[in-house]
Amino acid sequence: MNISLSKIKTSNPIINIYIGSFLLSLAIFDVFVYSFFNLNITSFLPGNLNLFFPLIIGFIGLSFIRMEYSGIKLVDNINKHINPSNFNALLTLLIIFTVLKAIPPALSWMVLDANISGDTKAACTGTGACWTYIKVWFKRFMYGMYPNELHWRINSAFILVIALGFVGYFFKENLKKYLALYYVVIYPIIAFLIIYYLISGGSFGLVWVETGAWGGLSLTFIVSFFCLIFCFPLGMILALGRRSNLPAVKYVSICYIEFWRGVPLITVLFMSSVMFPMFLPEDFFMDKLVRVIIAITLFEAAYCAEVIRGGLQALPRGQYDAAKSLGMGYWKMHIFVILPQALKLVIPGIANTFLALVKDTPLIFVVGLAEIAGMLALAKTNPKWLGFAMEGYIFAAIIFWIICYAMSKYSYNLEQKYKTER
Amino acid sequence: MDNRGIDFGFGFLKQEASFDMQFTLLDYDGQDSYAWAYVVALLNTLLVSFLGIIFCTILGVIIGVARLSQNFLIRNSAAWYVEFFRNIPLLLQIFFWYYAALRALPLPETAEPWFGVTYMTIKGYYIPSMIWENLNVFLSCLIAAIVSIIFIRIYARKLQEREGKQLPVFYISIGLLIILPLLSFLIGGVKLDFELPVLKQLAQTSFIFEGGIALPPELIALVVALSLYTSTFVAECVRAGIQGISKGQKEAAASVGLNPNQILKLVIMPQALRIIIPPTTNQYLNLTKNSSLAAAIAYPDLVLVFAGTALMQTGKAIEIVGITMLTYLTISLSIAALMNWYNKRIEIKEK
Repeated sequence: MNISLSKIKTSNPIINIYIGSFLLSLAIFDVFVYSFFNLNITSFLPGNLNLFFPLIIGFIGLSFIRMEYSGIKLVDNINKHINPSNFNALLTLLIIFTVLKAIPPALSWMVLDANISGDTKAACTGTGACWTYIKVWFKRFMYGMYPNELHWRINSAFILVIALGFVGYFFKENLKKYLALYYVVIYPIIAFLIIYYLISGGSFGLVWVETGAWGGLSLTFIVSFFCLIFCFPLGMILALGRRSNLPAVKYVSICYIEFWRGVPLITVLFMSSVMFPMFLPEDFFMDKLVRVIIAITLFEAAYCAEVIRGGLQALPRGQYDAAKSLGMGYWKMHIFVILPQALKLVIPGIANTFLALVKDTPLIFVVGLAEIAGMLALAKTNPKWLGFAMEGYIFAAIIFWIICYAMSKYSYNLEQKYKTER
Repeated sequence: MDNRGIDFGFGFLKQEASFDMQFTLLDYDGQDSYAWAYVVALLNTLLVSFLGIIFCTILGVIIGVARLSQNFLIRNSAAWYVEFFRNIPLLLQIFFWYYAALRALPLPETAEPWFGVTYMTIKGYYIPSMIWENLNVFLSCLIAAIVSIIFIRIYARKLQEREGKQLPVFYISIGLLIILPLLSFLIGGVKLDFELPVLKQLAQTSFIFEGGIALPPELIALVVALSLYTSTFVAECVRAGIQGISKGQKEAAASVGLNPNQILKLVIMPQALRIIIPPTTNQYLNLTKNSSLAAAIAYPDLVLVFAGTALMQTGKAIEIVGITMLTYLTISLSIAALMNWYNKRIEIKEK
């Protein structure tokens, strides 16, 4: 079927453009009016033709517009970008019409018919979303079952930890060499102490809050934060181990990596919560949250190791030889020559691993830790607030989407910043 | 371990499982052993993975190609699709489909048929089941068709190498695939009947569909979420693969006189597949491992049935978690080994 053959042959392309754009705008207008005002201006046409009318008209219009060169910038752009062939014209129309059809119901559900006022379910009278539910439960989604009057402790702990994370930027030139030491050793310890003393409490006159009460988004942050910090150095060691010349070290690393990469995280979490306590001495107690963090760290370290190994393998042999010929030992060579270059190469891969880690944290829900997915499940089954699962999941999805999208964009920027021509 | 009163052993596998499963592929009831429960649950896991892999491949290839389209709208819609589904945790997506989207479906009594004979309801998707007569004749015809296609391919390749002639292998294959099974219907005495799902009233307000195959909503939610999520990664692999082929290859192929179809088939695809297949296999593995999230919405897969119910009943934590992990490990390692073998086979042999 080639409709462009039936195009009216005129010496003046302007007429074609006029006819084409008229038909195209008619088609778009038809769909627009129908979806926004529920007004069917082509209702005089019989059944199926009525349905496909805008598609046919728009298609003919686009094939009128399509030409090599018209001299009008807009038309040339349209032809080049959305209308290069019949097939593309059809897809273009389908996309435009789908968007036009989808906007009104989505808009009315999310904004126009939605309710946000009030404090009870009774306030939700509209046919749209009930954002009141999110508003009422917001603190629970953020802080879990943590006591309301103590939320400042979580907030201030996060602010402190983030502020300490930026300290590295302000290091003086002569302190720069301790930067890695700071981030790998000192920072995690300080962060742990802050979170332990401020969020858990128990000393300095703060009330003890057990980890079972932690939850919501803040728990997601705590778990991902510690896993991120710990899994990176562990992964680095494993990657070096896998490339080691010592057979024992090499095979232990390989077994470790392949084992963790082969099992799903959910079974690892089950193991950490069910099996692991059995191997501990009778009087020894380890908090469930700590066990889960250890499990996720061990799991993600294997993925991290594989990514870093990729970077190590990508370096040319000459770098190793050059470092050795300068008289550097194994550790010196790796710390000053190999790892800086290798890590630069694998920034996107590392960022992907970290993203996967953040996206995996909702899984701790299955062992009974109520982070945001867990809180949603709780709120959903609350007898006073039945029937708002959709709003809850959309809310959580938006939050996670923003976090993950920001992370991926940041990693892209980092990649561009450290990109060096090789 | 001893001082906690735990005895280690696999004897429990022979005991009666005495729990029921909502959805099984093979016959199973509470009187069967734990070992059989394990097999049935493993099959459920494999079913989800299999369906997920098929759908995510189809979607992923379409989106991946669309990301390279010259059409501005298509390119950007595909890019937004990838950014959207990739950045939302899989568990949330599964929950969304299961608790929010599928709960909005109609009850069985008010369900409108899709395609005339299938019903999408809140209790699941009901499709007609097939009742075969002389199924083995049909299957042997199908196998014969596949075997003959393989031989024709080999012959066509030899013919091309020897004389430079090209057989229309594709059309011959399609023809064989249609004609041989059709013959089995006409001569072989194969009969195919469909059992349609029929609405049945259980009580005043309780309706149910009987007959046919019922796909439970857990399965649908899981397959939809897994394939949407994984398809974004497959799409990125496909895009990287096609972009990895330098323009010169295409131009060189065109300059020796190949037509666009031949360029795609003989020059671009073999090279692109070399880049696409290893990371895509990785994604398939991830999908298989992610299918264990089924436990969160109570789809009876390996983790829920074996590492959940069976573990609670027997208390054999070490053995059961060990077996479960070993199963996933076996699947992963065997696919990885297969992939390594394939990689070796197709890698560029440099002199």
